[in-house]
Amino acid sequence: MNAKMNAKWIAPLVLLLAGCAAWQPRGTGDLGLVVERAAGRVMVVETSGHSKLGEVTGLGDLSHASVVYSRDQRYAFVFGRDGGLTKVDLLAQRIDRRIVQAGNSIGGAISEDGRLVAVANYEPGGVKVFDSATLELVADIPSEYAPGRRAKVVGLEDAGGRRFAFSLFEAGEIWLADLGAEASPRLQKFKNIGQEPYDALVTRDGRYYLAGLFGEDGLALLDLWHPERGVRRILPGYGRGQEKLPVYKMPHLEGWAQAGNLAYLPAVGRHEVLVVDTRTWRETGRIPVRGQPVFVMAEPGGRRVWVNFALPDNGAVQVIDTETLQVIQTLHPGRAVLHMEFTPRGEAVWISCRDDNRVAVYDTATLRELARLPAASPSGIFFTARAHGIGF
Amino acid sequence: MILAVPPALGADSSFTPDPTRRQELIRMVRQDCGSCHGLTLKGGLGPALLPDALRDKDRNGLVFSILQGRPGTAMPPWQNFLSRREAEWIVDQLRLGFPDER
Ligand code: HEC
Repeated sequence: MNAKMNAKWIAPLVLLLAGCAAWQPRGTGDLGLVVERAAGRVMVVETSGHSKLGEVTGLGDLSHASVVYSRDQRYAFVFGRDGGLTKVDLLAQRIDRRIVQAGNSIGGAISEDGRLVAVANYEPGGVKVFDSATLELVADIPSEYAPGRRAKVVGLEDAGGRRFAFSLFEAGEIWLADLGAEASPRLQKFKNIGQEPYDALVTRDGRYYLAGLFGEDGLALLDLWHPERGVRRILPGYGRGQEKLPVYKMPHLEGWAQAGNLAYLPAVGRHEVLVVDTRTWRETGRIPVRGQPVFVMAEPGGRRVWVNFALPDNGAVQVIDTETLQVIQTLHPGRAVLHMEFTPRGEAVWISCRDDNRVAVYDTATLRELARLPAASPSGIFFTARAHGIGF
Repeated sequence: MILAVPPALGADSSFTPDPTRRQELIRMVRQDCGSCHGLTLKGGLGPALLPDALRDKDRNGLVFSILQGRPGTAMPPWQNFLSRREAEWIVDQLRLGFPDER
């Protein structure tokens, strides 16, 4: 190559490279979304340098919004309160597709093969299942539990295979929908599982579906390996019991807090975290905490459990050591702590502080604040590692 | 427009919270009540709190529901967070169309 040739090619090459800078290939394993609920917007963030990469607007009413991820961790499915289902491209930082599929909805799940996205609806009550590539409707399952009466659907979870499990608030039922033959899902209904199931979770191994009950003490347990064995009631008497404190915010059961054989659950209307032995499903202890727990979440390695609270204690976060079952620290990350999310391997936790308009990042080993990111009324935080977790 | 407001809605209209408290109350209703009733108050686990849903309901009954809660349901009592006059102000605002934050 002679000098002349070089000179001729350098200018266009520099331009080309500059143009590519914005589109450099990038992994998505350290990305996530922070919901800015009042603004109808999500922030795209990365957890390696604790920074904001961009934002995506136009997602509608995001109160109580939750997110699941495509298995390639590139797309987020954001479930809005107003029935909106938005597929967000994290790399391009834009909306890929968006539909409004109901009047009022509460969350959703993605099947283990990544092909189906299901949404739980309050109004009209039921579950709708969509093709994750196109957001075209695959199946519609009205939650009609008595002639003309549809229940609000809560606790919709991926149940393995092409199945989804969910609970009917007013009816006190758990339904298991098998989407093997897509258009006509096979439904298995479990009745009298308890009063007013309000949320549910699936254990990390995908075996158990556990619904919390608001209307009575206890939880309902379904063994997804053996649905034919029916639903079993566990922890009777754990719930509000005699004290019956008013509940200012419904606890959440998403995020299974498990360390060894012990699982940690929020007690409804009590200032306690319940400890359950997952081999027997018996209560083995209660940890007194500062207020009514909302989220009880274990670090991925299980060493510590982090708890946030309902009003009036929603400015505090307590950290429980799972070896001693003691609260080891009370943190004050900011006002109105709404959600916490661990980085994929748990060295840091991101905490949304709604009323201080920021997200605080804590080091889980030192319990010190590492970073702060401004955010408008942040609520849910969801990292792409969820794509490969069971039961989301 | 003010003429169109039925007299019952204007009852005890003498009370308006001071600007700081007003913002707090608006935020509380949108965010904390909103966690059950929806940020836009269109309903969630709790029923809609929009003007159409509340217009024909008894004002005192609604105020009582807010302060005392509805036993046997998920609606908790708010008397530790709200005075009676503030609860009345909230009900009146809900029936007119609740203000947005900021
Ligand atoms: C934990 C959930 C929850 C929270 C938080 C909550 N509510 Fe409710 N609310 C409910 C439920 C459930 C009902 C319906 C009760 C029933 O079935 O009678 C209700 C009913 C009501 C009613 C009666 C509506 C009607 O049509 O009769 C009013 C008014 C009301 N709530 C206002 C409020 C206000 C104001 C706040 C905040 C200060 C609030 N609620 C916070 C759950 C909640």
